[in-house]
Amino acid sequence: MQDVGVRYGAVPALAAISLIALASEVLVLVGPNGSGKSSLVRSVAGIQRHDGQVGFADPQGPRPRSSVRIGYVPQDIGSRTALTVTETVLLGRIGQLGLRVSDADLDAVKAVLASLDVLHLAARHLGELSGGQRQLVFLAQALAAEPDVLLLDEPTSALDVRHQLEVLEIVRSITAERGLATVVVLHDLNAAARFADRIAVLDGGRLYGTGAPAATLTAAMLGDVFGIEAHVAVHGDGRPSVTPLRAIRGRTAA
Amino acid sequence: MVGLVVTALSFVVDVATGPAMLPLRSVALSVVGLSGDATVDAIVWAIRLPVALMALAVGAALGLSGALMQTILNNPLASSYTLGISAGAGFGAALVIVAGPPLWLTEGQAIPLAAMAFAGVACAIVHLVGRLRGATPEMLVLAGIALLFLFQALLSLLQFLASQEALQQIVFWLFGSLQKATWTKISVVGAVVAGCTPFLVRDLWRLTALKLGDERARGLGVEVGGLRLRALVLISVLTGAAVAFVGTIGFIGLVAPHIARILLGEDQRIFLPGAALAGALLLSMASVASKTIIPGTLFPIGIVTALVGVPFFVWLVLGNRRAYW
Ligand SMILES: Nc1ncnc2c1ncn2[C@@H]1O[C@H](COP(=O)(O)OP(=O)(O)O)[C@@H](O)[C@H]1O
Ligand SMILES: [Mg+2]
Repeated sequence: MQDVGVRYGAVPALAAISLIALASEVLVLVGPNGSGKSSLVRSVAGIQRHDGQVGFADPQGPRPRSSVRIGYVPQDIGSRTALTVTETVLLGRIGQLGLRVSDADLDAVKAVLASLDVLHLAARHLGELSGGQRQLVFLAQALAAEPDVLLLDEPTSALDVRHQLEVLEIVRSITAERGLATVVVLHDLNAAARFADRIAVLDGGRLYGTGAPAATLTAAMLGDVFGIEAHVAVHGDGRPSVTPLRAIRGRTAA
Repeated sequence: MVGLVVTALSFVVDVATGPAMLPLRSVALSVVGLSGDATVDAIVWAIRLPVALMALAVGAALGLSGALMQTILNNPLASSYTLGISAGAGFGAALVIVAGPPLWLTEGQAIPLAAMAFAGVACAIVHLVGRLRGATPEMLVLAGIALLFLFQALLSLLQFLASQEALQQIVFWLFGSLQKATWTKISVVGAVVAGCTPFLVRDLWRLTALKLGDERARGLGVEVGGLRLRALVLISVLTGAAVAFVGTIGFIGLVAPHIARILLGEDQRIFLPGAALAGALLLSMASVASKTIIPGTLFPIGIVTALVGVPFFVWLVLGNRRAYW
């Protein structure tokens, strides 16, 4: 994407961001609350008015948006409806659904639900799920679309530790297997460090920096952007881990 | 399936009852054309059957429009009646009653047309509010409620200005009545409901996606604004047709969708037909009740719908306490 900017009314939320997400790569967006992560993801998803350009390309050249399948999971906003989990996940394939649902579509839905370990919820109503279960269902919906581009806005915020790991592992392996371009917004910096191929740091609507986890998750960045003092250790596999120590006085993260 | 059977039963009872107290046997013979008694034939074919069929057609139109309204606004209190679409139609009809029809139309033609036109005006206003930047479904609901009060105020004004005779006509019309049903009117309402179906079939899954909220629906590639507009057009036609011939009947558009939701869920492929069926059943039962509460007397249908529907609805809701909203 090039020079993407977003404003809400007169308030600029995002300024001139230029960033590339590559195929088979998990790009993780981190940044404080209100730094523009969601606005950026929404712009790519095509549901946010923005300046600049969001383009898609494969090795043969640029592709029009209409030919690119995008799987987008918004930040969790509770949906209380009488739709079942199966119906919800089916909607991921909305482009090909007819009055009668084909067995192929139903099988695909079952396979995705099974891969996320939630097949037992298939007949439950959405309103009866926990926040974490709902997140898994909407991830299943995005995967059922068999997307080229996967956009996940804080997909693990309501998950227990084990499901966090599982989901991120699934996302990474699907990304590699199917050659997806995947963008994930994460608050958990250690999860970002473990699962990102690349990290982009947003700060106040600007791109602070982008690069490999060890290059971006530095003590200096954490001080500048998040306003915290932290201990950063780089492990044998080249991935860092972050231990927050204290908030820096006189600095408030946005 | 069960719904179909129950509705058919209610229809039969509806045909079989009435102030004339005809024996069941002669009604049945007349329906199949073997009666030979001209009086019975006249009552059955000119009154009983039209009224009973009209109840089904109007009930279906109201149930369907209410269901669409609740879906596109994602709100359980939405219906043509609660959001001023029916009030708009009612105002249109009253306008013709008070001011008289334009020269080239008879009153019988002008009233339905005015009702449909003003239902359309109300829907257009709701649509325009939706076009505002950053408009949410809640804002559309508020616009609808504002319209309800606006049209009710205008209606009161008309009643205030109306002659004694016109006033009576308006009031009778506002109560709602199936008694003026004719085969022509039934065909019109039936054709409107049937005519809406192909348009709905195209959008069923998109409407279902809307139940997940605008953000998610957009993320799934649904053009939310256009979908709402298409639905609003159908709603104004359905409401206009229903209100035009039988007056404003509340409650059914609000409750029929809830019955369908509780029993069938919200996959719009079954929810919308279910709501239409529930509406047909409710109005048919109300029609029966309007004739039998006090035998020999006809209660205005608009009053009876709520009397019959509320207990039924409460029973359903209490028996089914899953959280949908
Ligand atoms: N619909 C909106 N209207 C007005 N301002 C908004 C809206 N959505 C987000 N913002 C503002 O834009 C900025 C970026 O928001 P967002 O992209 O949601 O941040 P993040 O996801 O990083 O927390 C914030 O300052 C937020 O207050
Ligand atoms: Mg966000």
